[in-house]
Amino acid sequence: MIGPNKQIRAARYGMTIDVDRCTGCGACMVACAVENNVPPAHAGATDRNGITWIRVYKIDNGLPYPETRSAFIPVMCQHCGNETPCVHVCPQQAVDVDPATGVVGEMPQRCLGCRYCMAACPYHARYFNWWDPAWPKGMEKTLNPDVTPRMRGVVEKCNFCHGRWHAAKQQAAAEGKPDTEPVQYLPACAEACPIKAIQFGDLNDPAGAPARAAQSGGSFRLLEKLHTDPKIYYRSKRDWVRASANAPHPFAGQHEAGKENHRG
Amino acid sequence: MRGIFPFAAGAAIMLVAGWAGFPRAIYKSRPQPVDFSHKVHADKAGQKCEDCHAFRPDGTFAGIPTLDKCAGCHAAVMGATVAEKNFVEQYVTPAREPQWAVYARQPENVFFSHIAHVKRAQLTCDTCHGDHGASDHLLPYQEDRVSGYSRNIWQTADRVKTTRAAMTMSACVECHRQQGLEHSCLDCHK
Repeated sequence: MIGPNKQIRAARYGMTIDVDRCTGCGACMVACAVENNVPPAHAGATDRNGITWIRVYKIDNGLPYPETRSAFIPVMCQHCGNETPCVHVCPQQAVDVDPATGVVGEMPQRCLGCRYCMAACPYHARYFNWWDPAWPKGMEKTLNPDVTPRMRGVVEKCNFCHGRWHAAKQQAAAEGKPDTEPVQYLPACAEACPIKAIQFGDLNDPAGAPARAAQSGGSFRLLEKLHTDPKIYYRSKRDWVRASANAPHPFAGQHEAGKENHRG
Repeated sequence: MRGIFPFAAGAAIMLVAGWAGFPRAIYKSRPQPVDFSHKVHADKAGQKCEDCHAFRPDGTFAGIPTLDKCAGCHAAVMGATVAEKNFVEQYVTPAREPQWAVYARQPENVFFSHIAHVKRAQLTCDTCHGDHGASDHLLPYQEDRVSGYSRNIWQTADRVKTTRAAMTMSACVECHRQQGLEHSCLDCHK
């Protein structure tokens, strides 16, 4: 039997995203939607009310041609570790921070749809279901059984593919590994990135690639001045990219990559 | 004084309906497709539960075995029981999977890992499933008309004394809390 005072070695799952490598292809967005049963956009959806747990923003340095330089910044839930804003405002206790993984988890079944969390989130990483999910005929067979679809009227967001985390924990149990150690797995976006710009792992593991990258030069986080302690680290060698992460209005006046081509 | 009689009669009718009628009406009962005897199979076919209810290599639980497992022995009628004869004629010969009703079917937003409970926590099957493995008949599947879930998931009388017969989150949380393994909603929800 497991003892009553179970001591676990807590993980702090996080990512490092190399902005200089990101080409803005959007494979992470597609992989995320497929993995997490995000339905195709409703006919009435716009950029503001569509759903995508990860959104690739395009920013530029604001200079006229030929000095114009642009960069792509994938933004998902930043999994704030300090005074997590969405947890504080939720009247339903539908959002919590898992002390074992550091993942900010949300329970859509508890959500009443007030959207305080969306107002509180400094990263615009939360999305509201304005419509019931609908898949084209036949496509419901592609649904991922490890992730439950959400209904109209609730908020949802990235949870580092916790369906994959469950599967990895189950695999670890099958292999006889102790449950006191964090498991290794890869969220869909990190797996899909063709140039491996997204690295995922336990930031508490100092030898792990994400932890080392987070400590290296050029590493920054979005809106660090808010002291929310996000677990998504970005990297860029370019000063203007790093400066944009602390802009009063991040990405103000910028536009989303491929806005003309897709919704949500 | 005259008004008390209709009131008492009405109250009596409603009490009977509420106590005797409603608990029956709320559940829809149907028999399992095959009158399966765990007892016979435990004696003759497999010694352990996992001989038929196995784990896959990735740790997922295979649950109720499929027809080919049954057909391994029951390609033709072996015994003298009517249940077996019906099973062979209706399912094995036409190669039709029996549509078992799963008592412990979970809501779609619940992630339950058998292997975490069996291999890691060292719980035996009968902790949750009682003496189901030694039963001679399958219980009829009583489906709650409102929720669609089984009335009774614990096939053990002890469990039902302390918790509700249906699987509730509080039954899970109770044990997880005792074990200090309650971290967040997404431990079990998906």
